[in-house]
Amino acid sequence: MARRIGVFVCHCGVNIAGVVDVERVAEEIKKHPNVVFATTYQYMCSDPGQNLIRQKIEEENLDAVVIAACSPAMHEETFRNVCKDYFNPYRCEMANIREQCSWVHDGKEATEKAIKIVKATVEKLKENEDLLPILVPVEKRCLVIGGGIAGIQAALDIADAGYEVILVEKEPSIGGRMAQLSETFPTLDCSQCILTPKMVALSRHPKVKLYAYSEILDISGYVGNFTVKILKKPRYVDEDKCTVCGDCEKVCPVIVPNEFEMGRKPRKAIYIPFPQAVPSTYTLDREACLGLAPLTCAQCKDACEAGAIDYDMQPKIVEEKVGAIIVATGYNLYDKNKLVEYGYGEDDDIITSLEFERMLSASGPTQGKIIKPSTGEVPKKIVFIQCAGSRDRQHMPYCSSICCMYTAKHALLYKHHVPDGEAYVFYIDIRATGKGYEEFIARVMEEERINYIRGKVAKIYREGNKLIVCGVDTLTGRRIEIKADLVVLAMAIVGKEETKEIAKLLKVAIDEGGFLKESHPKLKPVEALSRGIYFAGCCQSPKDIPSAVAQASAAASKVLALFAKDRLEKDPLVAVIDEEHCSGCGVCISVCPYGAMTWQNGKAKCIEALCEGCGTCAAACPSNNIEMRNFKDEQIEKMVEVVI
Amino acid sequence: MEGKKMKNVKKKIAMYWGAGCGGCDVSLLGIHEKLLDLLDEIEIVFWPCAMDIKYEDLEKMEDKSIDIAFYNGAIRTEENEEIAKLLRKKAKLMVAYGSCAIEGCVIGLANLYNKKEIFEAVYLKNETTKEKILPSRDLPEFLPYLKTLDQVVKVDAFIPGCPPPKPVLEEALDALLQGKTKFGKEVALCEECPRKDTKPEKIEISKFYRWHEKEDNGECFLAQGIICMGPATRAGCKGECISANIPCTGCMGALPRVRDQGAAMLSAIASLLDVEDEKEDEVIDSIKDIIGTFYKYSTAKLLPRGGMKDES
Ligand SMILES: Cc1cc2nc3c(=O)[nH]c(=O)nc-3n(C[C@H](O)[C@H](O)[C@H](O)COP(=O)(O)OP(=O)(O)OC[C@H]3O[C@@H](n4cnc5c(N)ncnc54)[C@H](O)[C@@H]3O)c2cc1C
Ligand code: SF4
Ligand code: SF4
Ligand code: SF4
Ligand code: SF4
Ligand code: SF4
Repeated sequence: MARRIGVFVCHCGVNIAGVVDVERVAEEIKKHPNVVFATTYQYMCSDPGQNLIRQKIEEENLDAVVIAACSPAMHEETFRNVCKDYFNPYRCEMANIREQCSWVHDGKEATEKAIKIVKATVEKLKENEDLLPILVPVEKRCLVIGGGIAGIQAALDIADAGYEVILVEKEPSIGGRMAQLSETFPTLDCSQCILTPKMVALSRHPKVKLYAYSEILDISGYVGNFTVKILKKPRYVDEDKCTVCGDCEKVCPVIVPNEFEMGRKPRKAIYIPFPQAVPSTYTLDREACLGLAPLTCAQCKDACEAGAIDYDMQPKIVEEKVGAIIVATGYNLYDKNKLVEYGYGEDDDIITSLEFERMLSASGPTQGKIIKPSTGEVPKKIVFIQCAGSRDRQHMPYCSSICCMYTAKHALLYKHHVPDGEAYVFYIDIRATGKGYEEFIARVMEEERINYIRGKVAKIYREGNKLIVCGVDTLTGRRIEIKADLVVLAMAIVGKEETKEIAKLLKVAIDEGGFLKESHPKLKPVEALSRGIYFAGCCQSPKDIPSAVAQASAAASKVLALFAKDRLEKDPLVAVIDEEHCSGCGVCISVCPYGAMTWQNGKAKCIEALCEGCGTCAAACPSNNIEMRNFKDEQIEKMVEVVI
Repeated sequence: MEGKKMKNVKKKIAMYWGAGCGGCDVSLLGIHEKLLDLLDEIEIVFWPCAMDIKYEDLEKMEDKSIDIAFYNGAIRTEENEEIAKLLRKKAKLMVAYGSCAIEGCVIGLANLYNKKEIFEAVYLKNETTKEKILPSRDLPEFLPYLKTLDQVVKVDAFIPGCPPPKPVLEEALDALLQGKTKFGKEVALCEECPRKDTKPEKIEISKFYRWHEKEDNGECFLAQGIICMGPATRAGCKGECISANIPCTGCMGALPRVRDQGAAMLSAIASLLDVEDEKEDEVIDSIKDIIGTFYKYSTAKLLPRGGMKDES
């Protein structure tokens, strides 16, 4: 049956009509076969615009429509919803005459091109099949990878809503970086004090299954139906039996640097990273331990009255099924040794911001005292260098976003600890955009009398007991030399190596800084390109705690929306393989960016739930054996025919 | 079979050798004993290579008196063209036999050059040619460009291969003798390739090797970075070349849904590249002889008017 097609050309105010002669587009398209009606309107997407479409569908007895307007990414859903009441929504197509025409052309050609775009869309529409959405069942459990503040918050939100959460943390304890911080800007609450209640809530939550000291080995499947393989590393200490008495630690003869203290404090081979660790248990570090055998040492085992130590503990691999995944793997600091050109490398008295945080912490390596590591003296002159490795083409070109704020905090805390000390801050600009942040900076600058120097440090070198920091004040043009006792580098925030591995498993892209790439930088900031995968916290970009928490809640709400339905509806515009004629060459499987193509009995099979309809496979199949629903070769050929 | 024998009406067959290497004529003998069975069913009425017969004899035959005419080789001379037309007149079924007749094959690569360039290369500039003489007298005219059979006459059936491999030929002959003009597999070579099971989960190519440049580890050639035309080539040969540890060069031609075998393989290969953007050019440049690799058999189809450069 020949279609009765109506074409609705949108002015989009002057966005389209300012360049394209929309009336002529409508006139011309009326002459095209099968087009029985065409009109224009100011704003098609407005309520009156949508009503106009409804009215004309009824009056003109239309059974398919083309909306010539903006990109389908903007309003396809709007218009398909309008048409749904009358006919299959796949009989509604958008012709993009804005982004692909009026915004990039002008003059007469723009109108000619618009006519061609609309004609091509009419041709495509004629051959469209009526389609129904694909239904995918949903496993209503969520995996959270990473137990920093972002992971904890997301897990709690989802668990509180009544859904099960599997949280996997690779370290012995959850808590992440926030557990390492002393006090937090701008209100200076004690970081641990506000974090630990959340850690405890999480560990007690009946809906949360915590796998700490565990790693993700593999993730397969797709939205609603992921299978996750988790490796539970052996702690050699039974979490349930350990009473955290610490007897084992006292007798253990091995001493290694403590990672939690950024290596600035020793720990034993059997250790607890920090007293409030969750799960609350000791962990035996197999690499450091003398032998894991009664004959070699076994001092800890003998000392443990609770009988918690078990040298025969084995790694365990468990499998969990989940419907959604939140990645919250956090950040690292850029390696300060990479800043050798400034002489930032090895000196004991040049420390990173996180080392300084530990120094400020009452439970840290110096019990909260600020010292000069080389001598143990109180530093009387301290220099903070912002943007160390950030906003620097040789290193990380982006702004790490939080260094201005925590450096101000550091300077302030220094003055509280050493009131007669002098503090200098080298900065490029001050970026304090959060709530109460500007006020915080102002307070630090004015009340605490910190010397803010606008400029970059060119070089640091040692002269006896002092570090000479050379730079230029770019406001006055003056050369500056400071004889400092301690230098603190506000190192660039970078993505973690571990995040890259997770991204590979999930087929999520990573940007230059090692951060996960979101689906849309503005409108989908917490979603991955593949459905069912979300991001929270610093693994997506550098951010402070409030933003990490907000993003975590946002990711959680996305998951909850997903879990609100028993079955997911998915766009049926997927790749269709002619199985009989597939040779199993594997090209499509190799190129699919979404992992939607898999092997089945030596041939390719498209998992429709995963397929995003990108068409990569169809273009690559050397047998031309894959067809995109509603984008068949014949359709494309007809579209090309009317265009040329 | 039995039924046909009883009827005892032998099918009349013709075979002609156009512009080609002669391998196709030989390939017919390559079916061995099967040929003897066949002789019960067929009568060869015209096969210049195997019997003493003149073109006049062919001319004298009644129109449509030959049941099946096999034409192998391409059309390079006036003579080739004339016989093609004559055979078409005399035969009920016209069959393009082998890659040259179907798509021009290796000699179709000559369509990259014009007649003058070809003659100069062959008769004048060739180092091994001592007397530099251009052929002129009493020879059929050399056409300006090479044509495939179906560019000259209507063709009813195609037997692919260079030359048609035994299993392909056997199936084709059986079908044709039963009057069927559609036969052969419609799936790519990977399906029946002896190396298929060695394909990795994902094929990623970061460097191309020519076949002799890399020690063959016995796995899928493509996965090793050695260009194998198998994914873009019709199956049927059972991977003769692969069994001899040589990657497929594509002689069986494109899949039915593909118009351009070379482009199909190029787009597949381009999608499989696993290199940073900056290095892409370098890696692509490492493919030597793009046309000879991807269009070894189909250049004449791609350039029916001959020549890539503008010339008359
Ligand atoms: C020096 C300094 C001072 C700061 N001060 C402040 C401040 O005062 N106020 C403020 O708001 N913000 C501050 N911040 C920022 C704050 O640290 C971050 O916003 C916050 O920690 C981000 O939390 P997160 O959960 O995203 O990441 P993280 O805290 O890094 O947590 C990530 C977790 O994931 C785990 N993980 C990683 N990979 C894997 C894997 N593959 N499998 C399983 N688990 C994995 C990690 O072990 C870790 O536990 C400061 C940052 C720095 C560097
Ligand atoms: S001695 Fe035993 S109970 Fe005590 S902390 Fe060590 S492992 Fe735990
Ligand atoms: S259309 Fe895109 S997402 Fe779908 S199977 Fe093909 S390559 Fe994968
Ligand atoms: S690319 Fe085509 S022929 Fe190859 S496996 Fe995929 S569908 Fe089959
Ligand atoms: S690409 Fe070549 S070697 Fe690999 S399976 Fe296909 S035909 Fe065989
Ligand atoms: S493997 Fe390829 S080149 Fe060799 S015979 Fe088969 S189709 Fe021809």
